Amino acid sequence: MNKRFWLFSAGFVLLISCSKDIVENFAGFQKPAHFPEPVYAIENNPVTQAGFELGRKIFYEPRLSRDNSISCGSCHIQSSAFTQHGHDVSHGIEDRLGKRNSPPIMNLAWSPAFMWDGGVFDLDLQPIAPITAHEEMDESVANVLQKLRAHPDYPKLFKKAFGSEEITTARMMKALSQFMILCVSANGKYDRVKQGKETFTAEEQAGYTVFQQKCSNCHAEPLFTDFSFRNNGIAIGANNDEGRYAVTLNPADKYKFKVPSLRNLSYTAPYMHDGRFYTLDAVIDHYRSRVQNTPNLDPSLQPGQGIAISDDDKTKLIAFLKTLDDKDFITNRLLSEQ
Amino acid sequence: MKKYVFMASLAMLTLVSCKKDVNDNSDESELVPLSVEFDNIVGGQNLFLNTVTYTNAAGEDFNISMLQYFISNISLRRADGSEYVVNQDSSYFLIRESDAATRFARIKVPEGDYKQLSFVLGVDSLRSTMDITKRTGVLDPSGGMEDGMYWGWNSGYIFLKMEGTSPVAPVDPSGQRKFRYHIGGFGGYSAPTINNIKKISIDLSASGIARPRKGRNANIHLMADIMKLFNGSTTINIASNPTVMFGTYSSSIANNYAAMFYHDHTEN
Repeated sequence: MNKRFWLFSAGFVLLISCSKDIVENFAGFQKPAHFPEPVYAIENNPVTQAGFELGRKIFYEPRLSRDNSISCGSCHIQSSAFTQHGHDVSHGIEDRLGKRNSPPIMNLAWSPAFMWDGGVFDLDLQPIAPITAHEEMDESVANVLQKLRAHPDYPKLFKKAFGSEEITTARMMKALSQFMILCVSANGKYDRVKQGKETFTAEEQAGYTVFQQKCSNCHAEPLFTDFSFRNNGIAIGANNDEGRYAVTLNPADKYKFKVPSLRNLSYTAPYMHDGRFYTLDAVIDHYRSRVQNTPNLDPSLQPGQGIAISDDDKTKLIAFLKTLDDKDFITNRLLSEQ
Repeated sequence: MKKYVFMASLAMLTLVSCKKDVNDNSDESELVPLSVEFDNIVGGQNLFLNTVTYTNAAGEDFNISMLQYFISNISLRRADGSEYVVNQDSSYFLIRESDAATRFARIKVPEGDYKQLSFVLGVDSLRSTMDITKRTGVLDPSGGMEDGMYWGWNSGYIFLKMEGTSPVAPVDPSGQRKFRYHIGGFGGYSAPTINNIKKISIDLSASGIARPRKGRNANIHLMADIMKLFNGSTTINIASNPTVMFGTYSSSIANNYAAMFYHDHTEN
């Protein structure tokens, strides 16, 4: 009896320690306290550890591309806050070049639209675009599903995540979304200051004031974008990319692109939809004095005059922007290729 | 973990209850088969892929290598004016000229005498914005660039895809003189844009009302005269419009092909 009791207890302890591991390592989707409610319909895709891990494996799976050479992670590199460092425009299979800069996979649960032009309105539909684009992965989703079905691991992993070995478009996309919505960046110094855990230096605080006066109209806190589409007055690109116009066919949308977040700027250069600016200095100089009078220029910008930011303010502003760098985000092992 | 199970169950319950709402009042077991046949022709000729050359009103020779289109949201009106709307989940069909079996849209309806048929050429905006789990069968957005009927870069279905060659089309990078018409546009999700969804109603009384009955398979035989895509209120010219995809000109083509269907006969 005693022996039995001991065995039973040991089993119980094992069980507890197992479930404890899960709790410790995997907390699911958690909304940072100072963030708004997410727009992604999490109720249609409850995040589980198995679903997240499957999504992560697919995210880093080169079989998503036609010649099995590149994965999502090739153009969305974690150490660069899931952008493609050193590339002005995305670099696909067979050295094909896209026309736009890889945006970060970051805080996507709050994003109402995807791509620089907002052409995709549901995160679950987003991966179809890079998989099928000629200059990116140049593959069909149907072929990807076939490759996953033929793989020794995936059927088991789909069963673990969704209850059966069936591999469908919806399941693959839901798994990818589970991974992507957990790519939450909310632990920069800015966030810790907001939570009362740290304080800004005098320079950062002064930069924050400059930011609030000159930038926050479009780069709204705490996500540092208002998710609108605007023409910020950069010269029309050599390829005459008309931005959101291609999606809405509304002439008033010509040359408008999505306002990007300012989080993790230290890791995500180059900047703008075509990666034309390599430094923050160049970006701020654009707003200070190089705004072009192109069609549909945002009313908050005046051609030639730009936004008045002194050299001193610029230094302070950059000091503040650095507080949006989130080292945890770019080093979190949970988000890395395993 | 329990929370997730609970949430999943809740989601399931919601799904189940939604499904019930969508269902028509008619008893499923009382429904009888009815098919709508889409017989693609070109003017007075049958359509043969690749091999036959046709001539449009602009005087341009062309042949067709691919023709496929979505038919959805089928409903039928009885002589007394009452309408039966087919359960939406069972009301999406992709008609592909390359696969003869797909020319029938097979539905189930209550027994009755129906004098009018309505359907949508395309995919309605509601379904175009639904959760990916509701996009199964022909709506699965997994097709490739060649035969797929979905735009990944600008979320939405291609309603009608027609491709072919014509001596008046310019040589493309692949060395072919191809024309490509990929027509879609459900009206936009967060900002309004082109809407090429076409609701088509066809009176059956002249050429034979449909009388679906138990133990039989009534068939409404429609002709789809694809020549009307070129020859309509706008005369489409391949030479000047060899590629029409997501752009405002696509509405001229959609307005033309909305008039391509006519009722030939009904087999009861």
